[in-house]
Amino acid sequence: MNPFPLVAVVGSPNAGKSALFNALTGARQKVGNYPGVTVERKSGRLMLGDGRPAELVDLPGAYSLDAASPDEEVTRDVLLGEQQGERRPDALLIVLDSSNLDNHLRFALQLLDLGIPAVAALNMADLAKRDGLILDPAALSRALGIPVVETVAVRRRGVAELQQALDELLSAGRSAPSEPVASDLVHLQKRAREIATAAVVSETPVRRWTHRLDSVLLNPVAGPIILAMLMFVMFQAVFAWSETPVAWLEDGVAWLGTTASANLPDGLFRSLIADGIIGGVGAVITFLPQILILFFFILLLEGTGYMVRAAFLMDRLMHAVGLSGRAFIPLLSSFACAVPGIMATRTIEDPKDRLTTILIAPLMTCSARLPVYTLIIAAFIPERTVGPGIGLQGLVMFVLYIAGIAGALIVALVLRRGMLGGSGGGFMMELPKYQWPSLKDVAIGLWQRAEIFLKRAGTIILGTTIVLWALASVPQAGPGEKQSEVSIAGKIADGIEVVVRPIGFNHDIAIALLPAMAAREVAVSAIATVYAIDASNEDEAAERLEPRLARSWSLPTALAFLAWFVFAPQCISTIAVTRRETNSWRWPIFMVTYLFVLAYLAAGATYWLAVAAGLG
Amino acid sequence: MNVPFHPERMTLDLLGFGVPARVIAIGWDALGATEANRLRHFGFDEGAKVELLHQGPFGRDPLAIRIGRMTVAIRRRHALAVQVQIEAR
Repeated sequence: MNPFPLVAVVGSPNAGKSALFNALTGARQKVGNYPGVTVERKSGRLMLGDGRPAELVDLPGAYSLDAASPDEEVTRDVLLGEQQGERRPDALLIVLDSSNLDNHLRFALQLLDLGIPAVAALNMADLAKRDGLILDPAALSRALGIPVVETVAVRRRGVAELQQALDELLSAGRSAPSEPVASDLVHLQKRAREIATAAVVSETPVRRWTHRLDSVLLNPVAGPIILAMLMFVMFQAVFAWSETPVAWLEDGVAWLGTTASANLPDGLFRSLIADGIIGGVGAVITFLPQILILFFFILLLEGTGYMVRAAFLMDRLMHAVGLSGRAFIPLLSSFACAVPGIMATRTIEDPKDRLTTILIAPLMTCSARLPVYTLIIAAFIPERTVGPGIGLQGLVMFVLYIAGIAGALIVALVLRRGMLGGSGGGFMMELPKYQWPSLKDVAIGLWQRAEIFLKRAGTIILGTTIVLWALASVPQAGPGEKQSEVSIAGKIADGIEVVVRPIGFNHDIAIALLPAMAAREVAVSAIATVYAIDASNEDEAAERLEPRLARSWSLPTALAFLAWFVFAPQCISTIAVTRRETNSWRWPIFMVTYLFVLAYLAAGATYWLAVAAGLG
Repeated sequence: MNVPFHPERMTLDLLGFGVPARVIAIGWDALGATEANRLRHFGFDEGAKVELLHQGPFGRDPLAIRIGRMTVAIRRRHALAVQVQIEAR
């Protein structure tokens, strides 16, 4: 039983709720999930005047208590005291968008009818003034019967006054006015409009900033071009900016590995720590900079209000394969990593839209595939130009990206025609006003993403790494035997080889496929390990991987290996996050099955076509 | 014919850009429950002020519509259910 009073921050989407929550609680936040649903629960501490803390919980944005999405259901259930794992709030902090009062007050009136003591924040007051709208908080306070404080959460303005109002509310234990409110939306809306009109002091018609920006950013010609340029800059940054920090992390991991090897006695334990844990988890940690850079852009685009415009521009194209514009953002994130991409599908209201998006997210070429692609292309594709400024190697890389996207579109189309058929939920979104997000809000968002990622690296990835290491190390090879053939992993690879031989794969690949289940890039280090262990002399062991591969694999085998990785679901984290986000094993199992079938068919077709074309 | 011709009345998707109009009727039955609910939340009801602001670059879909003080995006086929009447400027 938590003795501290619970204050729920509640309001419509785009009222600046999260920024206000950040302003009141700072970075001391806990992010979790409500039991049984995939809705995030964010809570933080607020210090009251008498030194007593209160717990502040940020409820998902909702337009009314008639819930239309899982997020809104949680908001409703918490407010009614029916949400599992949450107390009924002792007080409400109602967040209102100053320039959209007639709409937001409708929900506020519904909230006040619940009889929970409340304070209202008249938020984004600066944007209202920018649009020539002057409001009277005192008049609004009188009409609603609760304290009203003007705030600009992203600039941290009015926060102290708001804190004081909450303070007084909680210590006085004042109850809300019990004036009954008509419950149907039309009457609420009418009353909301009356109150909103009465609270307006003056309104000067000005050409709104947002409208001016939109006439460029949503222009039928300029809009898509600007969007494409932004995407280009973003991907460029993900790869270019991350080079240095990734190198630091790689050096750090390597140093840790060497230090551990030098200080631990030779044996299984040293191998577990150095090769297993530091090598395995370290390989995944090095992707943190790319993920953070990508999220930096996404948080910035979301905070400014541009993200919804991107969804607007892309909606018609996504609609053609049965998705909605909302799927654009999660799929874009999946180019860095499918895990945050799948988490970002939470904003898609329609369950079938959302499920389809989750199922095709792994087909977007994530950054973990790059090490595999780079290695094979460098080893097998000659470095020559095939046209003005077009290199053959770059072209192959491009074809691999396109193959993933084309595959995703086809799968989406098939799913929406078949098992996930039925009318989609359409596309209905509010286009919020443009504004600069505060850097602090972006930083808090980034920190939360990093925390989630590191937690996963410390649990799922650590666990798999240990299991795979054990399989590859036991039993120890005797003299004259190869570790890669004697170990349990080697024996399993014998079994896998039987299945993958028809598509041109050899025993090396069969061994690599197993540890690559943890993360795709592990395939590279696994192949390297096999060659290092099996090398007959030191010169051979020190040889670079590319010429070694070029000698031992045929070109059709290499191409088939690339085709395999376009589709193969080789990532435990993706499977785990799909399990969590769909709340069942059914969909992750379906996803893994269809991706393996696609990968097998694609690799087989590539192999046999290449052989028929005389490439092998 | 008893039905009078009203050149200033049309469905929302046919409204010209920047022409102020008012909602006169909404065919709620033509919309799914979720969509109808969402439209109500956006403030679509009889008498609401609307204005067509932008349309998507592909297939002129979706539409960006100012309703009251907010701007919302809806698909053309949902705008078909909204009857509007042009306001005198």
